[in-house]
Amino acid sequence: MNENVLRQKARILDAEGIRRALVRIAHEIVERNKGTDNLALIGIQRRGVPLAGRLSRYIQEIEGSSVPVGILDITLYRDDLTVLSHQPLLRKTDVPFPVENKKIVLVDDVIFTGRTVRAALDAIIDLGRPKLIQLAVLIDRGHRELPIRADYVGKNVPTARREVVAVRLQETDGEERVVILE
Amino acid sequence: MKLQNKDLLGLATIKTEEIELILDTAARMKEILSRPIKKVPALRGRTVVNVFYEPSTRTRVSFELAAKYLSADCINISASASSVVKGESLKDTARTIEALGADAVVLRHPLAGAPQLLAGTIAAPVVNAGDGAHEHPTQALLDLFTVKEKKGSLKGIKLTIIGDILHSRVARSNIWGFLKMGATVSVCGPATLIPKDVERMGVSVHHRMEEALKEADVVMMLRIQLERQKAALFPSLREYSRLYCLTPERLSLAKPDALVMHPGPVNRGVEISAGAAEHQRAVINEQVTNGVAVRMAILYLLSGGEG
Repeated sequence: MNENVLRQKARILDAEGIRRALVRIAHEIVERNKGTDNLALIGIQRRGVPLAGRLSRYIQEIEGSSVPVGILDITLYRDDLTVLSHQPLLRKTDVPFPVENKKIVLVDDVIFTGRTVRAALDAIIDLGRPKLIQLAVLIDRGHRELPIRADYVGKNVPTARREVVAVRLQETDGEERVVILE
Repeated sequence: MKLQNKDLLGLATIKTEEIELILDTAARMKEILSRPIKKVPALRGRTVVNVFYEPSTRTRVSFELAAKYLSADCINISASASSVVKGESLKDTARTIEALGADAVVLRHPLAGAPQLLAGTIAAPVVNAGDGAHEHPTQALLDLFTVKEKKGSLKGIKLTIIGDILHSRVARSNIWGFLKMGATVSVCGPATLIPKDVERMGVSVHHRMEEALKEADVVMMLRIQLERQKAALFPSLREYSRLYCLTPERLSLAKPDALVMHPGPVNRGVEISAGAAEHQRAVINEQVTNGVAVRMAILYLLSGGEG
């Protein structure tokens, strides 16, 4: 869907709202995992990558210990490769630590159908056997097609299926906000 | 951005952006090769058929591994062990392969243009794995990938290709590929092994190796293809080797960080000495590894669905 032909229906988060949501998620991650031992973050391409980097910085500020960050591209694990007319562009995968026995927090901007997360779970398990995998998202917009849920949610946003939730981040888009387009 | 054609037949007509797409995709594929479990599910349920009418080890194994790392099924057909010996034509063989359900066909053939004929006969993508003395695009793409990885960029790179240019499909594909990516290319060899009017391709020609090596960033040595030489084109292997064998001493005439490349198989002591082949600047083994990543990229990019 071309986002340029859509008009903005509502603004969900501004820069300050995004920051507060991520700081809260950082606290929740540390609380749920009782610290940062054995913890690692993996951002899903593209906007999960800067979000994972920010969460790592916030956790560092809270706990004083650093959490490794990996980058995951799930394209080769998509379940629609046989029906797309041409193959999607591959982006970098770089997980610079062994996932074996780690507590992995997957990070993405929006959870929608759950298919991206399904692909990401397969991709991580191909790299090794983590102790556990949790999921952190900035926005949960509903409409799941698979039995998958997020462990940490910045904001729950009820949407219609045809609407688009656009997360704009400084690192990828040069601006900082979350809007609904229709 | 996507590939413009259903097939990859050569680099003569491919666009610069298509080469860039293949090289970028190959860089992503290379990460998979470093994993303990080298397998992704992208081409699950697809079948890749390798049809080789000429002997080959590295290219065939490379395509086979590329298909398997992407979870495709892979079947190998060699001319000597198939109905080809019973007189079946290439077109009929192709139709049979298609009827068996191939989703991509990789073809090596001794005649230039055979992949083109095949591509026009069947709906599945055809990848040229070497046709006569015409083109060997996947070899050139892996050479481009290797140089780009080592040097950062292909723009302004000075490549010299030394040896049997006349019979070399690797040379032809590399000349087209490197020129498109902004490199300058020279070729060198005895006059009998340099194609007439090769300058029209945009390359400079040397007959003395010492001149060709001057200022080179990349030295690409080619195998003397005794199996393709019908006439005696040079007096003896010994004389050829005296004039055109890459030795560490000759290599010192190139730039201090020049790469040594060879598409293999190497005739040690003929076109390259053991000292040069095992030189710290030789990237011959890395070329082989990169070949798998490049072929994974090509199989992936050519395997779009019906949608």
